[in-house]
Amino acid sequence: MVFLYRKGVYLRITVLTLILIILAILSLFVGVADVTVADIINRDIDKISLIYVSRLPRTATLILAGIGMSVSGVIMQQMTQNKFVSPTTAGTLEAAKMGLLIFFIYTPAAGVTLKMLSAFLFTFLASIIFLTIVRKIKHRNVIFVPLVGLMFGGIIGSISTFFAVHLNIVQDSNAWMMGDFSAILQGRYELIYLTLPAILITYFYANKFTVIGMGEEFSKNLGLNYNHIMNIGLFCVSLTVSSVVITAGAIPFLGLIVPNVVSLIFGDNLKKTLPLISLSGAIFLLICDIFGRVAIYPYEVPIGVTVSIFGSIIFLFLLFWRKR
Amino acid sequence: MVALLLLIGSAALFLFYRMGNSWEFALRFRGMKLLAIIVVAGCVAFSSVAFQTLTNNRILTPSIMGFESLYLLIQTFIVYFYGDQTFKVLNHVDNFLVSVTGMIVFAFLLYLMIYKKGKNNLYLLLLVGIILGTLFSSLSSFMQLLIDPNDFFIIQGKMFATFNKINSDLLWPSLFIMMIILFVGLRMAKYLDVIALGRDQAINLGLNYNRTVKIFMVLIAILVSVSTALVGPITFLGLLVTNLTYELFKTHKHTVIITACCLVSAITLLLGQFFMERVFNLSVPISAIINIIGGFYFMYLLLRVKKL
Amino acid sequence: MIEVQEITKQYGDKVVLDKVGMQFNKGKITSLIGGNGAGKSTLLSVISRLLSQDGGVVLVDEKNISEYKSKMLARRLSILKQSNHVRLKITVRELVSFGRFPYSQEKLTKDDVEMVDRAIDILNLKDIENAYIDELSGGQKQRAYMAMVVAQDTEYILLDEPLNNLDMKHSVQTMKIMRKLADELGKTIIIVLHDINFASHYSDFIVALKNGKIIYHDTTENIIREDVLKDIFDINIKICEFDSKRICNYF
Repeated sequence: MVFLYRKGVYLRITVLTLILIILAILSLFVGVADVTVADIINRDIDKISLIYVSRLPRTATLILAGIGMSVSGVIMQQMTQNKFVSPTTAGTLEAAKMGLLIFFIYTPAAGVTLKMLSAFLFTFLASIIFLTIVRKIKHRNVIFVPLVGLMFGGIIGSISTFFAVHLNIVQDSNAWMMGDFSAILQGRYELIYLTLPAILITYFYANKFTVIGMGEEFSKNLGLNYNHIMNIGLFCVSLTVSSVVITAGAIPFLGLIVPNVVSLIFGDNLKKTLPLISLSGAIFLLICDIFGRVAIYPYEVPIGVTVSIFGSIIFLFLLFWRKR
Repeated sequence: MVALLLLIGSAALFLFYRMGNSWEFALRFRGMKLLAIIVVAGCVAFSSVAFQTLTNNRILTPSIMGFESLYLLIQTFIVYFYGDQTFKVLNHVDNFLVSVTGMIVFAFLLYLMIYKKGKNNLYLLLLVGIILGTLFSSLSSFMQLLIDPNDFFIIQGKMFATFNKINSDLLWPSLFIMMIILFVGLRMAKYLDVIALGRDQAINLGLNYNRTVKIFMVLIAILVSVSTALVGPITFLGLLVTNLTYELFKTHKHTVIITACCLVSAITLLLGQFFMERVFNLSVPISAIINIIGGFYFMYLLLRVKKL
Repeated sequence: MIEVQEITKQYGDKVVLDKVGMQFNKGKITSLIGGNGAGKSTLLSVISRLLSQDGGVVLVDEKNISEYKSKMLARRLSILKQSNHVRLKITVRELVSFGRFPYSQEKLTKDDVEMVDRAIDILNLKDIENAYIDELSGGQKQRAYMAMVVAQDTEYILLDEPLNNLDMKHSVQTMKIMRKLADELGKTIIIVLHDINFASHYSDFIVALKNGKIIYHDTTENIIREDVLKDIFDINIKICEFDSKRICNYF
């Protein structure tokens, strides 16, 4: 029996992986410049280098960002014990934006490492503040916690806006934040690989995040170092979110809807569903990206917009679905 | 205490009158601003206090419920369709009417959607409102991509609240609506006192709870719409002024709280406007300043309280 | 008189109240007892219109409660639930004054003030009438809320586990006040109780619920019997007689 069930899980993973591969290949061949399989076979140097310089990095970023954002969502949901908490509903994305902005104000010319560090520090700080706030909430209402998170995000956003308006860079800062994969080129996307260690750590710590979500005393009782594990979780989330935001911009809702939809269909056993969540996240992002590229061809709809439109609609369905 | 406030209020008013060669013009101009500030103060004060009592929560504000994003979506829509002809096709009054109607219709649909589900859950209402708000914002950004960059400036001008380009045709009707709603609202304020005791107590004391809450939600929707359509979005003003009022006036009487909150809002806006124009000479819109102050104050509140 | 007919309430598939029908005796204290999830509090909430039922009717003085104007019903029937966490800056006296809201809204008449005084007096709150609610202990807070209900001066008083936060001294005090309200002022009191001994000692009638159904409804002495209690709670309970009152030992 156990074997059969395991087999079911493997089957699902295989199917999802196949879908992912098909979409990834599709993603490689969609775009303004026409690239076909024939070009590769014919060794058309220009086209192959186009794939190598632009398309391949783009697809890789999409997949990693998809996995990273949905996994971050899962960690946050486990740590707060609330299904509707995610980088979108906890101010994390806004904090990353603020990090970039502050960095831009003080050292406009500095390199990408500093940029990363600044965004990382802000997301980390914001996550700590958010968790502190959540722990103060007496009735952990499923709806109330994300509500507070959204308010929190709005406030961080308004602080950033103030500086942006003051420095007259509203449009620029909005543009950075709009999740957009069209500018991803070889040499400018490698930061996204920083999500890999974070994702790996999450796989090993998944259950521990669940335990610390039950509270400090509860986890101490089970012999877990609460602060230690919480810091690891926050580290993973901040690392993932900030590297995604820097390479591609904000991708809202992904960490919110993907884990929820997966848990509706496949249940809540994290050890089994985590691979499914990662794969689904990447698939969802690839679909949104391909859609954005063909919707107003030859122009491109930034993925932030497509994801946000699809994501908010799906989230609304989730909100009502849960009620039934 | 109230007298003290009135004093500060008139002092701020006095500050408003300062210098000017063509004093007649300045007076007229500032008078308009002052009136606009009063309208917004009244709208924000009543809607925020009532909303916080209904939700039994002091860290929420009705303006995050999607009204402001809808307003921007409507503006984007108009510009998208009419481009640089916008002002010729739709004058300020038409635009105002379209925006207010749009926002009120939105609020009604939202209420209907939640209440039809049989759940009188205001938190759910708010969350759905916010999410619809993000949906509207995304749609706006999508359309803004397709808009001529020159026309985009028309929208950008609407993104931040300002008291500097108030249209007098809109001012009087807004003031009129605000006064009527505020009058009705203050007469109903005693029900808020009872609602503050919690749903069960309110029902026990003979309040038709669901109906009263719905009436208040309608009043709130009208006020938020009017204020947003008049000057633009000031999301966190409500949060700032209500909490300031609670700190200053330790009473449970909503007639007092609301009146005080109107004064506090007006003073906040007056001082904000004054400092911005005369002291710092900032080009930053007042809404950005109010939001940042409100934001920091909110964080302070969140981290200070022991339990939420 | 309060009468319920065929009251049904369910959450999803779970039936919490299953066609409950009964009449409550006037001028008496009736206790609702039963295990966790038996439906006691739900029944009380339905009777007091805090919760709407899926089927059946509640009659107060032969009139369906849904036909009452809310204000009029609030002059006949009051309810106090167990959780009252309010973070208002409001004094005990102000809270008690809210009990007069169904009559005069916020403008108190001389009679209202008298009623408020009397309620404060009955619940021994004179010393702390100007203290703020959020500074009180759990027991004091509970008494303040009870004073509000007393000030409401309704014919029917419904209480949901009023002894929950109280120590022994205050529990006894509270029940004695209930007794006084019933005996001297002729109030009809319906009360959800967990402690069977309090029910035995202070109530005239006991209603026992199990799995959403009323399984017993009788005078106290007919309920406080070893066989009946075993049926209600599924545990063996020994009963001793003490000062002509029956004490249940279930330890």
